[in-house]
Formats: sequence, C-alpha cells, structure tokens
Amino acid sequence: MALYSEKVMDHFRNPRNVGVIENADGVGEVGNAKCGDIMKIYLKIDDDTITDVKFETFGCGSAIASSSMATELIKGKPVSEALQLTNKAVAEALDGLPAHKLHCSVLAEEAIKSALKDYYDKNNIEYDQSQFPDCASCGHCDV
Amino acid sequence: MKIYVDNAATTKMSRTAIDAMMPYMDEIYGNPSSLHSVGQSANEAITSARERMAACLGCDAREIIFTSGGSEADNHAITSAARIGERLGKKHIISTAFEHHAVLHTLNRLEKEGFEITLLDVHENGLVTPQQVSDAIREDTCLVTVMFANNEIGTIQPIEEIGAVCRDKGVLFHTDAVQAVGHLHIDVNKQNIDMLSLSAHKFHGPKGVGALYAKRGIRLTNLIEGGAQEQGRRAGTENIPAIMGMVAALEEACNHIDENAKAVSALRDRLISGLSEIPHGVLNGDAVHRLPGNVNFCFEGIEGESLLLLLDDKGVYASSGSACTSGSLDPSHVLLAIGRPHEIAHGSLRLTLSEGTTAEEVDYVIGAVKEVVEYLRGMSPVWRDLVSGKNKFVTA
Repeated sequence: MALYSEKVMDHFRNPRNVGVIENADGVGEVGNAKCGDIMKIYLKIDDDTITDVKFETFGCGSAIASSSMATELIKGKPVSEALQLTNKAVAEALDGLPAHKLHCSVLAEEAIKSALKDYYDKNNIEYDQSQFPDCASCGHCDV
Repeated sequence: MKIYVDNAATTKMSRTAIDAMMPYMDEIYGNPSSLHSVGQSANEAITSARERMAACLGCDAREIIFTSGGSEADNHAITSAARIGERLGKKHIISTAFEHHAVLHTLNRLEKEGFEITLLDVHENGLVTPQQVSDAIREDTCLVTVMFANNEIGTIQPIEEIGAVCRDKGVLFHTDAVQAVGHLHIDVNKQNIDMLSLSAHKFHGPKGVGALYAKRGIRLTNLIEGGAQEQGRRAGTENIPAIMGMVAALEEACNHIDENAKAVSALRDRLISGLSEIPHGVLNGDAVHRLPGNVNFCFEGIEGESLLLLLDDKGVYASSGSACTSGSLDPSHVLLAIGRPHEIAHGSLRLTLSEGTTAEEVDYVIGAVKEVVEYLRGMSPVWRDLVSGKNKFVTA
C-alpha cells in the first residue's frame, strides 16, 4: 500500500523489540482504546543506560511502526539522551508519516517519556516536571 | 493468493458490462440530442436501456433518471422531497442513524436550512421496524428515507412494510438501495417505494453511473441545470457507454438473482462460521436479515487498520470501519449506531463476497484472519489487560 513509506511498512511488518520486560525499571503507557491507540513501553536501565526496551501497541500501522522505531532510537542510549527523543525524530527516521498519522509519533515520544518518568519516580530521582508533558496535552483525543 | 473481498466498496466489472459499453465508445458515439443518424442511434440505445432498467425495477421507463451514481441520486431524491415539503409547510424528515453519508450529509444541510431531522435507532441487530417509522411520522413529515440494505453490516430493512406505513400516512418514501440492487429482488410498486437510488459499480457495472427511480408525479428539483436531458430533470450529455454497461450488468444480475443469492449466502455463512471460532469476536448486524455477501466482525484487543494491512500482505483485500482507515478519530458511525463501544468498533473487519468468490478462497481468508488477529493480539496491551482480567471483555 502506498499509504506509508517503505520504512514504516518495514517496521510495521517486522516490528523491533516487541514484548514485555518482567520487573522493568520503568513502564509507561499512553493513549486510550477509545481513540484507537495505546502504547506501552518497558525499560531496563543499568548505570543510567537503557540496556533493553520492549513495547506493546494497540493501534494502526503507523502506531506500531512508530513504537518500533522509537525503541530502536533509544536502545543502548543514556537516559539523558533518550529524554531528548522527539516525535519529529521518530517520524523522520520512518521517512515521514502521513499528516493525519503524525500523532502516532507523538504518542511514541510520550510513551518513552512516561516510562522514563516512571523510572525516576521509582528510584526517587529528581527531575524537571516540564520535561514530561502529559498525554492529554496533545489534544488528539479531544476532538 | 489474491482474494478481493471488498465487493461492497466496489465490484469488478463483468465481461457482459464491458462488452456492452464498447460499441458506444467506438461506433455509436453520437450525442443522443443530435438529430442526425449517429445521434439518433445513441438516442435509441438510451431509450431501450431505460426500458430495460425499468423492467428490472418494476417501474415505467419515464420514472428513471440516469445519474452520476448513488450519491447524486440520494441528493436528488432527498432535496426534491424537502422542496416539495417546504412548499406545503412540512419540514420534518425521518431517517436512520446508520445511513450512508450521501444521505446523512444531505440531511445535515437541510437541518441547517431549518428542517427537523429524526434519526431512528437501528438497535443492536441493525434493523428498524415499521412501527418505529409509524410512531415517528408527524403531520409535518415530508419524507421518510431508510436504506434498503446497510453498506457496512449488510442488514436488510423491512422496506415493503415501511413503505406501506408511509403510503398509508401519505408521506414520501425514499430508499438508498445502492447495496441492494442486483443482489435482492426489487419491485418498486410491490415494495411501496416512491424513490430509489442505485449505483452501477456495486453490481459489476461501471463506476460513475447510477440512477434515481422517482414515481410519476413527484416533482423533482434539479441539482444540475442545463439542457433538456432526462426530461429536463438532470442536465448534461448522457454517459451512454456507462449507462449501457450499467443496464447490461443489472439485467445479468437480475436474471441470476436467486441462484447468486443462494450460492453467495452459503459462502457468507461458511465465512461467518469460521470467523466465529476466533474468541472474543462478534458478528455485527442481524445474521438472518443480511445481504448475501456481507460479513462484518469486531475483534477485541486489535485495531482495524493494522489488521487490513497485514491481510493485504497475505493477498486478502478487505475493509474496516476503524477510525484510522478514514482519517477521522471516530470509528464507523454504523458500528456506533448499533451500540458497539469505540474500543470494539476500532477492531472491525468487513469482508464482502461476490458471485466470483470460491469456497477455497473463503477458507484461506478464515485462516489468514485467524493468524493476523492472533498475531496482533500478541503485541496488544489492550488484549493483555483483557486476558489478565484487569479489564473486562465486552464480547463472549
């Protein structure tokens, strides 16, 4: 189908890092089933580095591909670097998304951040709240 | 395997329809309004086509207006009925919540103009009752418009009985029969239909052509002004090749309607039975009052677009009422109208068969859907929460 780029279809057909991490150091879930997209990210963090990451996604092709790409982009990276991941970077790495699917990349960014926030909370690490906009701020589901 | 199971979206043209069109692009290319022989040959063709279509619908040839398709016919019928009503001070229209957008959006426009619209509940089985229509009719009701068969869930409405109610109360009755014509018996007089819309490409005819049946005496409001074509009711040079293809396809469909319905229904039931083996899925729409070729399921825990993409990879061409396929946020208004919650409606799959579908293809589709649903559930956090008991299943 020409709806998506080859890259999106590759990550949709062969998603990287699908699954669950038991006793993960950080877990984040964003979206809601009513809107048709939910992403859940599991992180394994050792010495401030993301040593493993897995995802589960309920959603369309671009939601699955965005989750897959986002996990690839942060795997093996220091936490501080993962925090800098933007939806734009996810979309660009996928060679672009159709305009009405851009929210999938936003969701991927938020899912990662939500998992990192969970890691900080669990370990009583102080952080700047403004780095973690909540899912509702995107407004996608409000229409 | 390449299996096209999206026949409610459109059908492959039949050889009969293609062959019927060819001469009118080649030798008989005249304008039917021209007085010379080339034009008059085209005029004779369209006159005979109109009579042949009228025979299929049980009406008079003068009651047929050729249009650009079902949407135009719906717009034409509803707008005309509204103008008739307006002149009589009647500005109330009754319809259903799960009509095609060609009907719903036309009604929205009329609502903005001051008409009052009542949309009847279609219940969980996707059916309205004649009693509901009867109860909703008021002194100022100028039109009842109820689709013959639903395009997404295939439910067939009690058209003859609804028509009888309308006739009894003296209210115009229109039906969008786009999904029904060529697949179900149509007899506009017996079925008490005042206006009916049809579209050729749903029964193996060409795209971009359809027709409106309007009972004699109904004053139509022109949507397109211009020449005197279609007895002055629809301007524009007739699309003769498309009209000839449409009528040939319609005759072919109507001549085989019982045998086709029997064969296709058997395949439909085979498909429904196979897909029913998937746990936590549900058939949408009544199982009995249903178009021969329509199958529509919701599967919990998955989203329809990814289902379609993976089926496409397996050579299965289907459709979904998922929001993601439409570019909007809301899933299908039809699934919401029959009471499916949003999260279930996102996981819908429509498979629509044709006379050309084989049992082997149906079995392949069943296997492919089972595989893809299981795979997607395997990566779905929604499914995980259902299986773990954190959230409750909606379906059995």
